[in-house]
Amino acid sequence: MRNYLVLRVIAKLMIMFMVLFALYVQFHGDFGPGGGFQAGVISAAAIVFYGIIFGLPAAREVVPDRLVEVMIAAGVLLYAGVGVAGLLLGGNYLDYFVLGADPVDGQHRGIFWIEMGVLITVAGVMLKIFYMFAGRGDGGGE
Amino acid sequence: MRSWRRSNLPFSKPPITRCNILISQNYPILHVVVPLIAAPLMVLLRHGGFAWLLAAVASWSSLAVSAALLAEVAGGGVISYAIGSWAPPWGIEYRIDSVNAFLLVLVSLIASVVVIYCRESVEAEVAPEQHYLFYTMYVLCLAGLLGIAATGDGFNLFVFLEISSLSSYVLIALGRDRRALVASYQYLIMGTIGATFIVIGVGLLFLMTGTLNLADMAARLREVTDTRPILAALAFLTVGISLKLALFPLHLWLPNAYAYAPSAVTAFLAATATKVSLYVLLRFYYSVFGESAVFIAHPTSDILLVLSLAAMFIASTVAIFQDNIKRLFAYSSVAQIGYITLGVSFDSLTGLTAAIVHLFNHALTKGAIFLLLGGIALRLGAVRFQDIGGIARVMPLTSFGIVLAGLSLIGVPGTVGFVSKWYLVLAAIESGAWWLALLIVLSSLLAVIYVWRFVEAAYFQVPSASVSRLREAPLSMLVPAWLMVAACLYFGLDASLTLSGASQAAAELLPGSR
Repeated sequence: MRNYLVLRVIAKLMIMFMVLFALYVQFHGDFGPGGGFQAGVISAAAIVFYGIIFGLPAAREVVPDRLVEVMIAAGVLLYAGVGVAGLLLGGNYLDYFVLGADPVDGQHRGIFWIEMGVLITVAGVMLKIFYMFAGRGDGGGE
Repeated sequence: MRSWRRSNLPFSKPPITRCNILISQNYPILHVVVPLIAAPLMVLLRHGGFAWLLAAVASWSSLAVSAALLAEVAGGGVISYAIGSWAPPWGIEYRIDSVNAFLLVLVSLIASVVVIYCRESVEAEVAPEQHYLFYTMYVLCLAGLLGIAATGDGFNLFVFLEISSLSSYVLIALGRDRRALVASYQYLIMGTIGATFIVIGVGLLFLMTGTLNLADMAARLREVTDTRPILAALAFLTVGISLKLALFPLHLWLPNAYAYAPSAVTAFLAATATKVSLYVLLRFYYSVFGESAVFIAHPTSDILLVLSLAAMFIASTVAIFQDNIKRLFAYSSVAQIGYITLGVSFDSLTGLTAAIVHLFNHALTKGAIFLLLGGIALRLGAVRFQDIGGIARVMPLTSFGIVLAGLSLIGVPGTVGFVSKWYLVLAAIESGAWWLALLIVLSSLLAVIYVWRFVEAAYFQVPSASVSRLREAPLSMLVPAWLMVAACLYFGLDASLTLSGASQAAAELLPGSR
């Protein structure tokens, strides 16, 4: 894609907005449609887009394989960790009510971190799948 | 859920004081959470040794928690645990009674024994850079299986089923034989169809009852029994779960998956995965649909009976002609599952007791056999009949263990196999079907043949040059395997513990026990 100037310029412009939109979907998930899964897919799509236009090695430099693997695990750990936090604060597993001073505040905090965990893992898994398929044949897959 | 008000929250506000943390209150979830948290930690640490240690800690703590739960519900009580403090049936409920507590102990016990064995076996059979991933999948599979058993929510059950299934596909694919990939893929296709059918069944039930909580569903089903969607749900669930538990014509994924998976995985899955699926079947039949809706309104008994008999005879016969010993015992597993479903088909307290006790006993027996075969695979590299000639001279403990466990498969008195078959025959006679008792004994003769094939190869052939160079399997593999063999003998001689657990579970499933 080295010669397609239009694509390269537009891609650079769009990727910003894609990431921003992902964050909007993520944080607006409390009040409207959206949430961690959708935001994770959109943010991964931004990296996939970057990889398509600028090449797989460039994408791998931005988000290395190692980081992708850490993301997959870290999101799950964050999710499970919120559950354990509920336990440690005297509630049941995944109990958000005890996370804040009053129950509604606790629910907000709980779902915030849960959705964050979902975002991290979903983005990681999407990228992992993309890297594995895109890297097939040139020995970079796995 | 997004627009709730504070006033109508269906939750009971828990005490927020820190001193009130009672770990034992959270037992119903901890046995799932501990392996679930161990899994991502292993990926972050990326170290095979640490991963093994974590897997061992997770399995053993799950076992401790499950044992505590079993002790708590032994008196016939039920523990209900509301996840996120959302009261059931709105929230997800974990419901522990004497049926699933029994299963939780079985699954975590097998996992705890196999994990010790894993260290040396996985070292030899899985590429070093994949060790941490192996243990990640192992604990995920454990978490999934325990979750299926513990949950009282239809959709949660499906999610855990997927967690355990997906991780077991990966575990099988890690086998060093390249055919493991095809076997895993085959299992993936069949397992996914099964899971889809299960979720369609649960969806239909949700459609008709408006609830996913299994206990609530059972109460609401009474109003809509004999409707077409419920019948469809019963059919979808029966076929879907039968695929996962490898009931006779739906067992095609099992022999290859067991034969080419790493030895430790074969032992773990053979002893747990199909057993948990059987539990799901029992749970749906007895606790959700209700005994009369399944067994009296429809010819479920007859269908199960015919398929079980087919499994017992056809799968045993196919087993006799196998060349690969792991495959032989995999076919034998299909036959043994037939005995379990045969017990279910009687639809009586004795039959159900026989099914549940055989579920436990067969897990011990097959676990022992596959663990010991793993020892042979480690030393010899293969487990085909033409390679193992005379192996008893160089690996006496391994061979003798397989023979003892084989006797249990046949059902020789003094082994656990005898206890289960005794109860099966009792149930058959109780239901007035003398010919069935005869068939049970006849099918055991088929087991004599395939176990004898091993005895003949291992004891009566002259070892080849490559066999006579071998040593006995390492202690870290022999000890777990022999623990299982010893359990086969112990529970065969003193069956009071397993039988009381099984009969209590059966009584729990059949409330108006006759």
